[in-house]
Amino acid sequence: MKSKLSKEKLINMLRLMYKIRYFEKKAKEFYTQRLITGALHSYVGEEVIAVGTCVNLKKDDYVVSTHRGHGHCIAKGGDVKRMLAEIMGKKTGYSRGRGGSMHLFDKEIGFLGGNGVVGAGLPISLGAAFSAKYRNSNQVAVCFFGEGASTQGTFHESLNIAGLWKLPLIFICENNLYAVTTPVSENVSIPNVGDRACAYGIPGKTINGQDVLKVYETVYEAVQRARNNQGPSLIECKTYRYNPHCMVIKETRPEKEIKRWKEKDPIIHFEKKLLKEKVITSNDSEKMKIEIEKEIEEAEAFANKSSYPDVESFKKEISVF
Amino acid sequence: MREIRYVDALNEALREEMGRDKNIFLIGEDIGPLGGTFGVSRGLYDKFEKKRVRQTPISESAIIGTAVGAAMTGLRPIAEIMYIDFITTAMDQVVNQAAKLSFMSGGQFKLPLVIRTQEGSGTREAAQHTQSLEAWFVHTPGLKIAVPSTPYDAKGLLKTSIRDEGPVIFIEHKFLYDKRGGVPEEEYLIPLGKAEIKTKGNDLTVVATSLMVYKVLEVAEEISNEINIEVIDPRTLVPLDIETILKSVEKTGKLLVVHEACTRGGIGAEIVREVAEKAFDYLDAPPRVLGGLNTPIPYSSSLESICVPQKEDIIRAVREITK
Repeated sequence: MKSKLSKEKLINMLRLMYKIRYFEKKAKEFYTQRLITGALHSYVGEEVIAVGTCVNLKKDDYVVSTHRGHGHCIAKGGDVKRMLAEIMGKKTGYSRGRGGSMHLFDKEIGFLGGNGVVGAGLPISLGAAFSAKYRNSNQVAVCFFGEGASTQGTFHESLNIAGLWKLPLIFICENNLYAVTTPVSENVSIPNVGDRACAYGIPGKTINGQDVLKVYETVYEAVQRARNNQGPSLIECKTYRYNPHCMVIKETRPEKEIKRWKEKDPIIHFEKKLLKEKVITSNDSEKMKIEIEKEIEEAEAFANKSSYPDVESFKKEISVF
Repeated sequence: MREIRYVDALNEALREEMGRDKNIFLIGEDIGPLGGTFGVSRGLYDKFEKKRVRQTPISESAIIGTAVGAAMTGLRPIAEIMYIDFITTAMDQVVNQAAKLSFMSGGQFKLPLVIRTQEGSGTREAAQHTQSLEAWFVHTPGLKIAVPSTPYDAKGLLKTSIRDEGPVIFIEHKFLYDKRGGVPEEEYLIPLGKAEIKTKGNDLTVVATSLMVYKVLEVAEEISNEINIEVIDPRTLVPLDIETILKSVEKTGKLLVVHEACTRGGIGAEIVREVAEKAFDYLDAPPRVLGGLNTPIPYSSSLESICVPQKEDIIRAVREITK
């Protein structure tokens, strides 16, 4: 079952991918300027997965994210102003500066947060999906995690239970080929994480995570299954991050390999496709980029002028502990 | 007042709260037809919709994780961890997730969940089924910890814990389930953070938790002609009603804390710290903690009981501190 994508949807996908990329560019810039001083994990290179997945979701569907979650938050409909403010530790941020880059939450859009512990989101996503089923709400939950998380025990517990209880849950494994610096060949005992699904009696797929339409279609089917009470799915998206694991870890991957992945950049590829198929004109595309840049600039201004959280209200807040 | 068993008081609390709020559900191992290894959820699987008594595989991380995710999305889970020893396999979900996500989300999400479990030794189950681990959770900001000792407290505190907006670790003791005590038929709640003075006295303040409350009360009774002991059960460790303890120490000038958990790094040390910092001038003797020995609990019957405070140990400590 495939969905025919409208022109609006295709353009929206391109817009979201650029928005993530521009946001990450700004975050990196702020980090080098010491305006952002904490942990920062860039999603650049993997934008396709968040976008191809989240455009299938409704506002009240749930997303459980990771330490590398900026892209998930934007794709789910997060507010870049509050995101940037949070990452800068400002009180106008999503969590009033309590969470930071790895812990973006937005209750209004069912965004259940990033996580600083690899693999910790998997059991939490069970709860969101269980809750949807319990309340008969027809919501679904998506759990993003990396191939590095697939080697945690929580992966096994969660896929077993999701399969057992037929939860409306889509596991999206973003296999970017490296767990920090350890290559997947030293991490995962089989070539494809998607193949693990059969052990839990659920459908599993391994797809090109650099092809946004492929991600969209595959997740579309999984979401339909979940909404129709047919249970969970596991989708492994092969991808690549353009930056090292985080800002403080130095690059260990072969230069040639990085170059090779960048040469087939999925956003540029998708944009070219839309141009070629006359879904957009180059004018549209330029206009879109200017609009996104402006939105990011507005977020920058908002975050910059926001103040840091005040100590007094923090002390009051923690007195309940 | 009618007298019922501790286990039945807990069961009543679950039954009443589940009847009151359809968003409350139970999740844990063997809680279905069996009603839990210790029988706390007995009969609930038949009484309520199946989804409300969710029996799980042996997957503690997933049990707590499911509770966390469900609590974030509108439900009020009550998770059962069969033995507190097994919570170790779910520590990330308890310590990094349940305790922190409300805070880390800037308060956007509440986590109204209860983790019920039981601890304590005396069953010859060796060192992985007998620990008393409450202090670990006391050391984790974001969790509340209840340690009810009587059927009355068990019911009242469980109902309050279920209605609380934050995660509560609710720690029972395997030798408390059969204890009988007065529990009113009508509804009541006990606030978290309110200690109970079990007996009044002027010579010595003894703070005791969980099963130790009974042992200390027996001692207080036995030597009441000789030494007049004020026994306090804090009932919850977070929040801790230190005011009641301080007030008592200001009167008696002496403090002994008795708990089953090993002495080193235990809640007793924390209570002594509070008293030393806030009531030092009232103290007539060094405050003391009588806890378990610093050892994994051994299997053999000849060894197990000597590892946790017994009546004679308490009497000895009481005499030493008041002499």
